[in-house]
Amino acid sequence: MSRTPALLVRGADLAGGGAGDVLVVDGTIRAVGTDAAADAPEGVQRLDADGLVLLPGLVDLHTHLREPGREDAETVETGSQAAAVGGFTAVLAMANTTPVTDTAEVAETVLDLGRRAGYVDVHPVGAVTKGLAGQELAELGLMARSRARVRVFSDDGRCVHDARLMRRALEYVKGFGGVVSQHAQDPRLADGAACCHEGELSGRLGLPGWPAVAEETIVARDVMLARHTGSRVHVAHVSTAGSVEVVRWAKAQGIAVTAEVTPHHLMLTEAELAGYDPTFKVNPPLRPAEDTQALREALADGTIDAVATDHAPHVRQDKEHAFADAAFGMLGLETALPVVSTVMVAEGLMSWADVARTMSSAPARIAGLRDQGQGLVPGAPANLTLVDPTRSHTVDRALSRSLSRNNPWHGRRLTGAVHLTMLRGQVTAREGLVWADPS
Amino acid sequence: MKHLLSIADLTTEEITQILDTAVSMHEVQDRQVKKLPTLRGRTIINFFFEDSTRTRASFEIAGKWMSADTINLTGKGTSVSKGESLRDTVLTIDAMGVDMMIIRHPASGAPAQIADWTDCSIVNAGDGTHEHPSQALLDAYTLRRALGDLRGRHVAIVGDLTHSRVLRSNLLCLRALGAQVTLVAPPTLMPSGVGTWAAADGIETSYDLDAVLPTVDAVMMLRVQRERMSGGYFPTAREYAVTYGLTARRLGLLQDHAVIAHPGPMNRGLEISADAADAARSLVLDQVSAGVAVRMSILYHLLAGEGDAQ
Repeated sequence: MSRTPALLVRGADLAGGGAGDVLVVDGTIRAVGTDAAADAPEGVQRLDADGLVLLPGLVDLHTHLREPGREDAETVETGSQAAAVGGFTAVLAMANTTPVTDTAEVAETVLDLGRRAGYVDVHPVGAVTKGLAGQELAELGLMARSRARVRVFSDDGRCVHDARLMRRALEYVKGFGGVVSQHAQDPRLADGAACCHEGELSGRLGLPGWPAVAEETIVARDVMLARHTGSRVHVAHVSTAGSVEVVRWAKAQGIAVTAEVTPHHLMLTEAELAGYDPTFKVNPPLRPAEDTQALREALADGTIDAVATDHAPHVRQDKEHAFADAAFGMLGLETALPVVSTVMVAEGLMSWADVARTMSSAPARIAGLRDQGQGLVPGAPANLTLVDPTRSHTVDRALSRSLSRNNPWHGRRLTGAVHLTMLRGQVTAREGLVWADPS
Repeated sequence: MKHLLSIADLTTEEITQILDTAVSMHEVQDRQVKKLPTLRGRTIINFFFEDSTRTRASFEIAGKWMSADTINLTGKGTSVSKGESLRDTVLTIDAMGVDMMIIRHPASGAPAQIADWTDCSIVNAGDGTHEHPSQALLDAYTLRRALGDLRGRHVAIVGDLTHSRVLRSNLLCLRALGAQVTLVAPPTLMPSGVGTWAAADGIETSYDLDAVLPTVDAVMMLRVQRERMSGGYFPTAREYAVTYGLTARRLGLLQDHAVIAHPGPMNRGLEISADAADAARSLVLDQVSAGVAVRMSILYHLLAGEGDAQ
């Protein structure tokens, strides 16, 4: 890895707060501001960042790295590289691997794979229930007390639909400051055949749909359980205007609920499905434009706390089936920031300070990460993301660091590009290349 | 025309051409030697990933009567069931040099996806709950023979609309030919969002079969799958038959000239009574007979192109 013992980033827009310098020494932010250069040691490298935006390193609450079990689709190493290229310095790796991350041993394996790769901090998410089966609690406490220090628990891909089990999980994780991240999907209202949003388009296309209320009823139930237990619940990939209303109400009541939205739900609508292209098959499904608009507004006003990618790599043959039979999910790590930049910042809905909040500090806080999302302050670990806010580029799926190519953004022009990513003072990616690439 | 994926891809003129050509094809059925040389040397694969009797037999007969080499493949036991992707399976067949694949698939949109992957001509022989265009064309052909020009004619389509591919193709076809359409079903069996898209397309909806029947020129009854009862779509078979079945009593509500259609297979005693199915005004067997002629016409327009159909 390209060690950068001392680096002076000069003239960057500091998370939208005006131009200044940032001095990084020994992996830590030493000084910030117009006089930061005064503290620079001799021989410091200088990086002219005029016109660029410096953000605290991005944190993804919702990544599928597929290892262990589906190393043909993604490995911790390739997923970590994709994350670094996308400006991330930490990712939360979902538990639906094979074997499932439902024990301390599997959690530590994922942690160690991440450390060995070295591009981002990889924090395993623990399963709520054994084998994601929704029957018995997994070893939540042992995972929390392991070297992996698991704090986020989720059966993502499946909903913890048994209300009593969800109550117990919420109560139990209070013991170590954990949070349950719920994939809100009532399995009776959205049965196994459901493959898209239920509405006019699904009616015309003859695709079995998933109504918005299947998500909203679970969100409503869970916030009431969070109130009852006094615990924290996190709503994964919110996708409907109704869910946003419930979260907004719950926050107004003082209930400890947080929520995330994916870049694809901010930008893409169900209209993409008209050609039955399985690239756009995702769970929860792409929704109508009214929902997309509500999600953008909720992210801007803070009702939705964080952006999370739900990066879900799949090999070609798992997507090349009839739409109903193809796998759910799409890539997201490398394009998350450009999509947010295009949809939210360029449209004037959010500032770069808001991007820092929703893609770094809030997800780090929700996940209980101590070394991430601390902002551009002296003493903080130098986890940084430098963004070129005006650079437009057309996404080419062939250039992805991911092992998979299920990229819904292929061929689209996005504004805003990650220029450089730094993990504890070390450059992990620069203009699409990771540290190990010849350059 | 290269493919027949959806009625929506056809202009009214193209629909009319197919129906007009089917008239001359229909005459072949009355000949002692039922063979046209039109598609000699062409290879057609009937690739059925889902069980079918009448549609597959109808397409196979149509192909053979036009001298095409027709081969039947089923989804069971194919490479798809062994884990290969649909795309790889289809490309394998395509590489053998076939001219046309007639696809029946349980998933909506599969024939359209296959058309994107291959160079050969694709016919949608029924995809999930999406469309069944050849059925709609043969239904239109049959209704046209019974009622004449369909412009301004009123057709009620009754039954499990949510899960019916026949419905979606018939809606498009009948509207293209100028017919007025009313959809009748319990609210649980109306397609999602139908209130919006049906109204936008000039289609009416009703939950009251008795109110609709006296106004129609044709009533098309759709099959109700018995497994829908366990899905909570309606309480009992008895309640469905009483409320939405074409019973002997309801036959009396029809105008004298009104006809009855059903794409089959029928659930006698559920959506249609024996009195209605076997009535003189029932077109059920005419539909089956027309199926071969209309499919011959489809094969002709897709594979033979311009020229003498005879």
